[in-house]
Amino acid sequence: MPKADLLDPAGKAVANALQRKGHNTVSNVRIGKRIELHYLSTPTDQDIAEAKQIAADFLSNGVIEDVVSVTVEN
Amino acid sequence: MRIGVVTFPGTLDDRDAMRAVRLAGAEPVSLWHADKDLKKVDAVVLPGGFSFGDYLRCGAIAALAPIMEKVIDAANGGLPVLGICNGFQVLVESHLLPGGLIRNEHQHFICRDQKLIVENNQTAWTNLFEVGQEITIPLKNGEGGYIADEETLKRLEGEGLIVFRYSEVNPNGSINNIAGLSNERGNVVGLMPHPEHAVEPGFGPDTPVAMRSGVDGLQFFKSVINMVVNA
Repeated sequence: MPKADLLDPAGKAVANALQRKGHNTVSNVRIGKRIELHYLSTPTDQDIAEAKQIAADFLSNGVIEDVVSVTVEN
Repeated sequence: MRIGVVTFPGTLDDRDAMRAVRLAGAEPVSLWHADKDLKKVDAVVLPGGFSFGDYLRCGAIAALAPIMEKVIDAANGGLPVLGICNGFQVLVESHLLPGGLIRNEHQHFICRDQKLIVENNQTAWTNLFEVGQEITIPLKNGEGGYIADEETLKRLEGEGLIVFRYSEVNPNGSINNIAGLSNERGNVVGLMPHPEHAVEPGFGPDTPVAMRSGVDGLQFFKSVINMVVNA
C-alpha cells in the first residue's frame, strides 16, 4: 500500500468520483497492489521468509510503500 | 449539424477530433466533462487520451463523469456516439458497448498506421464505407487488447456487431482481431484506432499515391453527417 501520509493520486481520483456519485460516507480511498507468488509445491517456512524478504527488498519501495501482509493461500 | 467533442481531464485528441468534424463539414461543439449539458448536439465524439490518468482502469472514472450521464441517456435514445481509443474504453466502462480492453499482448505501447477491414457499414459512423473495404488510419495505444467472454463474443459475431477488424497485423492481441464494435442499434461505435488523425492530405498515413495523403478517417465523420442530414 502507498504510505498513509503520501498523496495517492489514483485513490484520490477514485474518491472524487465516488463523492460525485453521492457516496458521501466514504472519506478517502487508497489503492494498493496484491502480488501473488506461485510455488511449485506448498511453500516452506523458508520460502515464506524469503517471500517477506522479496516483498521488502524488491516488490515494494519502503520510502513510499508499506507491505501490509504476506500470507499463504491455496 | 453540430457534433459535440467531450474533454475530460487527461484527454489529448479533442482538438484533432474537433478539427476532423470541421473538415468533414459539421460544426464542432466543445463539451466539458463536469457539465451536464450536451448543448443540443446531433452527435457526440469521445476522443482519445488518458482521461483521469488511466487510474483504476482506463476510462473507468470518466464513465462516471457528469457529462456521461447525459451521453449514456442520449445514446440509449439513439444519439450517434463515436468513442475513439480512450473514448472506446469509456464506452466499454459505461456499458454502452460490451467487453473490456486490456494491456497489449506484447506489453508495449504501439503507434503505427494500421490497416483495418470494414465489417459493418450499417452504423451511424460507417455508412459511407463498403463492407470488406480496407482502410488505413493511425493506431496508438498501450491498452488496446479487446476481450470478451465466449457468450458475448458469439453474440457480437452472430449479430454482426464487429465493425472493424485489424488487417495483416493484430497489433495488440485483440480477440478475433477486433478493432471496433457497435451496439445493436448502430448509433454507438467504439474503436481503438484514430480516424481523426487521417482527415487532411499532408497529415495522414502514407498511401501508394503519396506520403501522408491518407484521409480514410474523414469518412467516419462524413458518415454521421450523411445519416443525420438524410434522417
